[in-house]
Amino acid sequence: MKLSTFLGGVHPPENKHLSKDYPIKKAPLPEKVLVFMQQHAGSPAKSVVNKGDKVKTGQVIGEPTGFISSYVHSPVTGTVVDVKKVTNVIFGKAVEVVEIQREGEDEWELLPHGNYEDFSNEELVEIIKKAGIVGLGGAMFPTYVKLMPPKDKKIDYLVINGAECEPYLTIDHRMMLERQEDILIGIEIVKKILGIKNVAIGIEDNKMDVINLLQNKWKGKINVIPLKTKYPQGAEKQLIYATTGRKVPRGKLPMDVGVVVLNVSTLYAIKEAVIDGKPLVERGLTVTGEAVNKPGNWWVRIGTPISWVIENLGGGFKENVENVKVLMGGPMMGIPINNIDTPLVKGNNGITTLIPKEQKSTFCIRCSYCVNVCPMGLQPYLLDLLGKKKRYDEAVEIGLLDCIECGSCTYICPAKIEHVKTIKLAKKVYKALRGGKK
Amino acid sequence: MKLITGNAPHVRANDTTSKVMTDVIIALIPAIIGAWYFFGGYALFLILLGAVTGELFELFIMRVLRNDKSFTPNGSAAITGILLAMNVSSATPWWVFLIGLAFALGIAKHAFGGLGMNIFNPALAGRAFLLVSFPVAMTTWYKPVLSFTKWIDVQTSATPLAILKETGNVNVGYWDLFIGNRGGSIGETSVLLLLVGFIYLVIRKRIKIMIPISYISTVFVMSSVFYFVNPSFGTPLFHILSGGLMLGALFMATDMVTSPMTIKGQAIFGVGIGVMTLLIRYFAGYPEGVSLSILLMNAFVPLIDKYTMPRIFGEVES
Repeated sequence: MKLSTFLGGVHPPENKHLSKDYPIKKAPLPEKVLVFMQQHAGSPAKSVVNKGDKVKTGQVIGEPTGFISSYVHSPVTGTVVDVKKVTNVIFGKAVEVVEIQREGEDEWELLPHGNYEDFSNEELVEIIKKAGIVGLGGAMFPTYVKLMPPKDKKIDYLVINGAECEPYLTIDHRMMLERQEDILIGIEIVKKILGIKNVAIGIEDNKMDVINLLQNKWKGKINVIPLKTKYPQGAEKQLIYATTGRKVPRGKLPMDVGVVVLNVSTLYAIKEAVIDGKPLVERGLTVTGEAVNKPGNWWVRIGTPISWVIENLGGGFKENVENVKVLMGGPMMGIPINNIDTPLVKGNNGITTLIPKEQKSTFCIRCSYCVNVCPMGLQPYLLDLLGKKKRYDEAVEIGLLDCIECGSCTYICPAKIEHVKTIKLAKKVYKALRGGKK
Repeated sequence: MKLITGNAPHVRANDTTSKVMTDVIIALIPAIIGAWYFFGGYALFLILLGAVTGELFELFIMRVLRNDKSFTPNGSAAITGILLAMNVSSATPWWVFLIGLAFALGIAKHAFGGLGMNIFNPALAGRAFLLVSFPVAMTTWYKPVLSFTKWIDVQTSATPLAILKETGNVNVGYWDLFIGNRGGSIGETSVLLLLVGFIYLVIRKRIKIMIPISYISTVFVMSSVFYFVNPSFGTPLFHILSGGLMLGALFMATDMVTSPMTIKGQAIFGVGIGVMTLLIRYFAGYPEGVSLSILLMNAFVPLIDKYTMPRIFGEVES
């Protein structure tokens, strides 16, 4: 079998065996949810409920405040007990949060729905927008924006991200095994909206069961492309290159080469919104890692506190665990939380618990491993050096802003230098400085 | 229980600087055993002296002179010590060798900022220092003893390159050159044993493999042309097998710290060393050019790195 891939990349231990054989189970409803008004790229939503309000499952509780912004819905039926601002590690700033006490079972407030062919394209985009669907692979970019590209950008290809290259995570794997028919409906909806025929799905070859299944079931409809198992195979630009051979130019977007990329879970959410009228209030999630008793895959409400997830779904932390890292996402790009009651957001494809090991960084020995693994063809050691010396303009010249922050350089470094940390900081500072000048 | 935060990625490769250094030392073991067999117990003594004293020197420099109390040995100084020993003749007095090692670590490495910051290969800088300070000891070559029990042979013999330079003829067969039965520096003579270590490094992905490839092929092509013009320049195979070329190509030029970061840069670096080596061998007063050409190209590494930036993914192909 010929496997598509990209240049560079690393092979961290996969550890997918912990959870990959556990079918997705529906989680019980949590007693309390905390819903962030920012669960997406762009400007945050504004809460439209007050303390004491009764809300139904699926009811809008936050409205978008700009073009790139998204609706937020109540994940349970109950009473709003608080609307407050909380500093959150995901966004690095104080974000409005709506706290809801659940009362009884779900009473749904649904969107207009039915056979997707009966809706016009504009109506379909509106439903997807009203459903609050954002990229569920982790990027959390509002999906409806991708589905209405500017007139001058001719889209002719839908690339589906089924790579799931992050170690530990298995939810996309399970989704493709268990719910591939719903995903296919999601694909048909997107094809209709974009008016395109070409669809490719890239899946890493550590999921041969899915590849075989889909190549069989989707034969003639969708190009199922086996990818080499390598991190970051699921990064947008790398995935587009591996599946279509197209290279997104520096500083450009997938739509500049006629491509829209969507994650399998996002397509599933599109189907749920259009066919069933369900806004995005729940999603699939992998609960895994060295520090929990029962790794598995779950269908969970957004806003559920992570402490509840670990206790009730992950079987609690293992005994004798003294220090633990709890990550939203996988070990390569996941965000560590500093408060165990932090709630799930739409982009959470996994909660990974790790027992941290101490790593002392030493001097760069110029081994060139970081240069060899960089999927963007950058020189991480040099960006790190320039970043530390605050020579941002030079760093930008050699590609600071092209870094996709995958962390391969830091992963591979024998001297344990945190290149990607320096690079992220340098990017932020550079953007702030440049913004200040304008 | 405590929640720990920190920066992504949260998993790291199971690799450390010390592991990289250990692999290089492992790769040198075949050639070290060969050195012992060819040049006797004294050669092995110098190599072990280099490894131990190198680490002690570095520990002293870091903890006392540079006041870094948390410094722990990582093996890089031992490599410098071993390589310096492999690059001197078995006629080198131990105290002369130690002066060279002190220069290598104290000046060539730590005066430039220590591990990762030095521009010149420390072992080769040490060798160059000894060559100008103690020219007689550094250019006296003993005959191979072919024994693990003999301490040293005091019969001198010229190296094949020196013989070629003086007479225009070669007195040694390719097989002897390949296995290492000839005069020369302690660790440079056995191409076979150096290759064994090199293969280990390649398997462990510890080597910038483009450097030996471009270096050796440059020497092959250029010496073929010269041989065609005038056979007294020596055959291509002779040039590849003789002197310190293999030691230089496989273990000195490939030193991570002092070589370029990109494949393209490594190719340019190798070609540069190849051309320089032959020019020195052919036209300079000194028969061997490997170490000097590597040192010279070391100086160009920052420039090479600057002009061989890889193309960024998605950059317009021009």
